[in-house]
Amino acid sequence: MIMPLGNFNRQFFRGIAVVTEKNIRIYYTKPPVIIFGFLFPLFMFLAFYLGKEVDFYIFFPGLLAMFLFFIASSVGPLITPWEKQAGTYERLLSFPVSTNTIILGDSAAGMIFGIMINVVVLAVGLITLNYSLNILVLCLGMLLGAFCFSALGVLLASPSVPNPSYVMMFSSIIRFPLIFISGIFIPLEDLHGFGRMLSYFSPITYLVDIFNFSLRGQSNIALIVDFVALIIFSLIFVYLANRSHKRNLMRGL
Amino acid sequence: MEKESIKVIEVRELTKKFGDVTAVDHISFGVRKREIFGFLGPNGAGKTTTIRMLTGLITPDSGDVLIDGVDIRKNPIKAKMKIGVIPEMGNIYVDLTAKQNIILAGRFYGIARSELENMADALLAKFGLSKRADDPVKTFSKGMKQQVNIASAIVHSPELLFLDEPTAGLDVQSQRMIKTIIREMNQRGTTIFLTTHNIEEANVLCDRVGIINGGEIAAIDTPEGLKRTFEETQSVEISFDKTVDVSKIEESRLVIRKEKLGDKWRLYTDNPDKLVKYLAQFAQDHNLIFSTMEICGASLEDAFVKLTEDR
Ligand SMILES: Nc1ncnc2c1ncn2[C@@H]1O[C@H](COP(=O)(O)OP(=O)(O)O)[C@@H](O)[C@H]1O
Ligand SMILES: [Mg+2]
Repeated sequence: MIMPLGNFNRQFFRGIAVVTEKNIRIYYTKPPVIIFGFLFPLFMFLAFYLGKEVDFYIFFPGLLAMFLFFIASSVGPLITPWEKQAGTYERLLSFPVSTNTIILGDSAAGMIFGIMINVVVLAVGLITLNYSLNILVLCLGMLLGAFCFSALGVLLASPSVPNPSYVMMFSSIIRFPLIFISGIFIPLEDLHGFGRMLSYFSPITYLVDIFNFSLRGQSNIALIVDFVALIIFSLIFVYLANRSHKRNLMRGL
Repeated sequence: MEKESIKVIEVRELTKKFGDVTAVDHISFGVRKREIFGFLGPNGAGKTTTIRMLTGLITPDSGDVLIDGVDIRKNPIKAKMKIGVIPEMGNIYVDLTAKQNIILAGRFYGIARSELENMADALLAKFGLSKRADDPVKTFSKGMKQQVNIASAIVHSPELLFLDEPTAGLDVQSQRMIKTIIREMNQRGTTIFLTTHNIEEANVLCDRVGIINGGEIAAIDTPEGLKRTFEETQSVEISFDKTVDVSKIEESRLVIRKEKLGDKWRLYTDNPDKLVKYLAQFAQDHNLIFSTMEICGASLEDAFVKLTEDR
């Protein structure tokens, strides 16, 4: 897949970079991104943990994954519907870009947003809790997780009629179950049988496991399986996003 | 001006269906280097669908598009590097400033940032927007937005510029300014492909005009050539107080074709002035009283009727 950096590849990566920059400039400050990306996981955290006797040492890796999931996947679902509504989408497509350029640029924007805020959450955790950190695994996990979740976000944008609020609702319907079936609220080691099986269908599960490994040195799934699973989920999301964006290209133009 | 005969756009048997609707139906044509080519047709004729296929936005069901020899389906990025596009509904980013919009566009074509700054400033000066360069576009009027839109589309000096109904919905001043820009671009060597539903615009702007209706090309000619067709579609509508044998009027040889509309007659002519004078005399001679008498100019609608009948 990786050829010598010919003209085409240079144009491809440049396109992704420019789309990413555009997204960061325009969409990071839009209220729904802040509400759905940042305030949502915060409230969920408060609702589930506040006033209960929880051992944050155990739950923090899951929390970290949840924040990353929500934030990274909050940007993607909004960009395309917004662009269609504002009439900028057709313009964007007329530049020397392909559907993949746009999808990867949108993913990168979600990824960067997710990592930025996640690093802050991580810092709070590292200061207040006493972890022995495996930084390489943690960083790799965070990068891959952020990409995987933001690609999911972009996929969720694709049935886009030009109506951001509709897409936001639709994307929440998909995103919430993925949180609940993952090992965030119930640690993976306490999940058995059907619950355990179900958790394997959520990409978040694998990131929680990676975070557990890199912070607490404890994991329930082989690390290599975690990474491979996240890569496979990412590829599936990008592939489906490409197909679905192409199919829905003209909708709402 | 001598136009080179090398074709920068070559279209063969291009077709696109949306469900049961055939939006574009096996059209073929060529656009020569350095000409202004207009696609003229009423709403729903297939203009936008055609331009979207030419610019690689949608994939045709069948047929070929060559942009400067490059097949847009096989090599879309390479073809897109050569063109600038101003889509019909295409807006710029209203959250960005005028200058940011132009720079963003330029970056897609790989122009260096330092160079882009100067180019953006030059373009903004050219459009008289220097003072508003750093204002968000959402504070701009529709005409100003369209100017920034064009500036963003030509920042990479494309050889070929596509504009889909560039003046639709703009006030007269903005329309004139856009037309001036198009002419200037063309004089500096840019080939222009534009669509319009406005005959007069096609007339004053284009070297050649293709008429599209119902997804088919009805005619391609110079405006003068087409005008001859339009002239024949001028008509005079008349009715008298009593029934008249219209074939007597046809003896004047001024009537090309006649059509009965209720109690009225529509007489097609290429010289309404002469026909009206003849009719006045005719009424006088036969002691008739006019109840209707109206000159109808050439309309695009009529031209289409004419053009489709001729085929
Ligand atoms: N995305 C689309 N989906 C379905 N039908 C379409 C679509 N785009 C255009 N059409 C139909 O194709 C025909 C041509 O449309 P269009 O190319 O937009 O015409 P014009 O630009 O000349 O007004 C119309 O009948 C229109 O309804
Ligand atoms: Mg149109």
